[in-house]
Amino acid sequence: MLFTGTKSYVATPDLMTAVNAAIALKRPLLVKGEPGTGKTVLAREVAASLGRPLIEWHVKSTTKAQHGLYEYDAVARLRDGQLGDERVRDIRNYISRGKLWEVFAAEETCVLLIDEIDKADIEFPNDLLLELDRMEFHVYETRETVKAKNRPIVFITSNNEKELPDAFLRRCFFHYIRFPDKETMERIIDVHFPDIKKALVREALTVFYELREVPGLKKKPSTSELLDWLKLLMVEDLPPDALKAKDAKSLIPPLHGALLKNEQDVHLFERLAFLARRESRGD
Amino acid sequence: MFTDFFLKLRDAKVPVTLKEHLTLIEGLKAGVCDWSVESFYYLSRATLVKDEAHLDKFDRVFGEVFKGIESLSPEALLAAIPEEWLKKLTERFLTEEEKRQIQSLGGWEKLMETLRERLAEQKGRHQGGSKWIGTAGTSPFGAYGYNPEGIRIGQDQNRNNRAVKVWDKREFRNFDDKVELGTRNIKVALRKLRRFAREGAASELDLPDTIRSTAHNAGWLDVKMVPERHNAVKVLLFLDVGGSMDEHIKVCEELFSAVKSEFKHLEYFYFHNCPYEAMWKDNRRRWSEKTPTLQILRTYGPDYRAVFVGDATMSPYEIVQPGGSVEHFNEEAGQVWLQRVTEHFRRLIWLNPVEERRWNWTQSVKMIERLVGQRMFPLTLDGLDRGIRALSR
Repeated sequence: MLFTGTKSYVATPDLMTAVNAAIALKRPLLVKGEPGTGKTVLAREVAASLGRPLIEWHVKSTTKAQHGLYEYDAVARLRDGQLGDERVRDIRNYISRGKLWEVFAAEETCVLLIDEIDKADIEFPNDLLLELDRMEFHVYETRETVKAKNRPIVFITSNNEKELPDAFLRRCFFHYIRFPDKETMERIIDVHFPDIKKALVREALTVFYELREVPGLKKKPSTSELLDWLKLLMVEDLPPDALKAKDAKSLIPPLHGALLKNEQDVHLFERLAFLARRESRGD
Repeated sequence: MFTDFFLKLRDAKVPVTLKEHLTLIEGLKAGVCDWSVESFYYLSRATLVKDEAHLDKFDRVFGEVFKGIESLSPEALLAAIPEEWLKKLTERFLTEEEKRQIQSLGGWEKLMETLRERLAEQKGRHQGGSKWIGTAGTSPFGAYGYNPEGIRIGQDQNRNNRAVKVWDKREFRNFDDKVELGTRNIKVALRKLRRFAREGAASELDLPDTIRSTAHNAGWLDVKMVPERHNAVKVLLFLDVGGSMDEHIKVCEELFSAVKSEFKHLEYFYFHNCPYEAMWKDNRRRWSEKTPTLQILRTYGPDYRAVFVGDATMSPYEIVQPGGSVEHFNEEAGQVWLQRVTEHFRRLIWLNPVEERRWNWTQSVKMIERLVGQRMFPLTLDGLDRGIRALSR
């Protein structure tokens, strides 16, 4: 079981090493990086390339670690008790399995994605320490211990909104997805749009990286935004020349809405473009 | 194994633990990486570093510890490997057909000799940065899979160089949290402060409402939840103005004001160099409108968290001597006032814009640090983090 990237996902050697280490030693892999660099997609691609089922657990600000294990619906049981329902005698009727239980109960090795772990409360990772370490947990209501039949491959993504506790980090492998350089980016585009004109890609990438260099942008466009933008460019069937803005007539790239998601950023860019135009006129 | 590396990492303040080191060795044993330096670099990075803030330090240590490796010449490498061992390994890894091919080339000795020659020959060319044995595919050495695990003599060189570049590039320098606060990392700092301001879970049972609605429901249970109240953190800022550090102090002031809405109360006062019997709220009217420090202590209870921001750099007389202040005659020494403040506010920190390693050079910094109970932190992301942790305790 070795992960070497897939047809639709370009993995750099450092990422591959980290993923394979996590798979071989059956430890969670914590993935961080700028938004839109393919953290979440990684788990999907690994699952697809290894032919394993993927179970996704999307974490929200209200998510508790317990939600991933199981939930005991005491209120429903109380209601049933009031109604005199027969179901009430068996507590198991009121325990609903969480994502981790699903993964632990699976007959084959699963890929588990815990997405955006930093969104949850600061204690969340701590509450999952034992579960992820030993891959088992105890259900107090039924006094049974749920143990993973096969240790799953766990991917955890974080956007850095909260710091994760040391004890948690010590149990993970860590990888920071850096923003891809131009060469890797060309490979990524190639994988997604094999029939795109080479000239268009070159021009688009130049525009894209120049845009990322603009100081003071609130949200720098990332890989996923570049791919969206290229899709638009392809649909519009723009010639590569349309992107050559060096003549300072049209400094704002066409369809920039896909790249700049923030009104202030668009304004800033327009202002810079205006300044550049004035300068070039002065020449 | 790699103990030096581990210890050096710890010396460089990369927080690695024994468990992680053992994981690394376990990974090596499981054969996660092949035997190139580059892949070892990636594996050890994924195992030992858990925060992008430490990646740069890791890169530096790695470069230092494994510096000799990429300069090891293939000849030296070959000389260092006993021939017997090579022979045995090859026998184990080569198929019958390949062994026959070796024979046809004149046997093992001949092969070794050719290899040596080839290596010597290629050394010159390699300086120019061209291909190495085994990669072209035409050389017998490459074709024979002369890279049984462990002695990958060939491509290694090239890969090495590439890997060295990876850590020598130090691409993660920007993530280091030891740099001072500026516009670039202010966002992260804000996030940290926000975390400080708001802690706790999202919802709790609203008991009165549950009882009321259950009764309203003729006895059928109706559970009501309410969002938990936000943590009511109250902050008192004391800012040192009128010195060389004004710019940093402004950054800090802006920082706290930006998260003002998150705190229940945020008040700030200014002082110069060291707190004395009075402070002021408006720098333009600092001489006419002063607030006595005692009044501040009376007004703001010990539940306030006090944050001092200042370089703590002054003449020691300004701290220990009555009348030591450079601006006015103070009847009681600065340290008396500072002691009063620290006794009153249980949770107090002092943020210092001066680099931490330079604190030892100034006597007054050490004195102030002692007075605030060693709770002085540098005005960096890391310092802010530690400070906030000290405040939350």
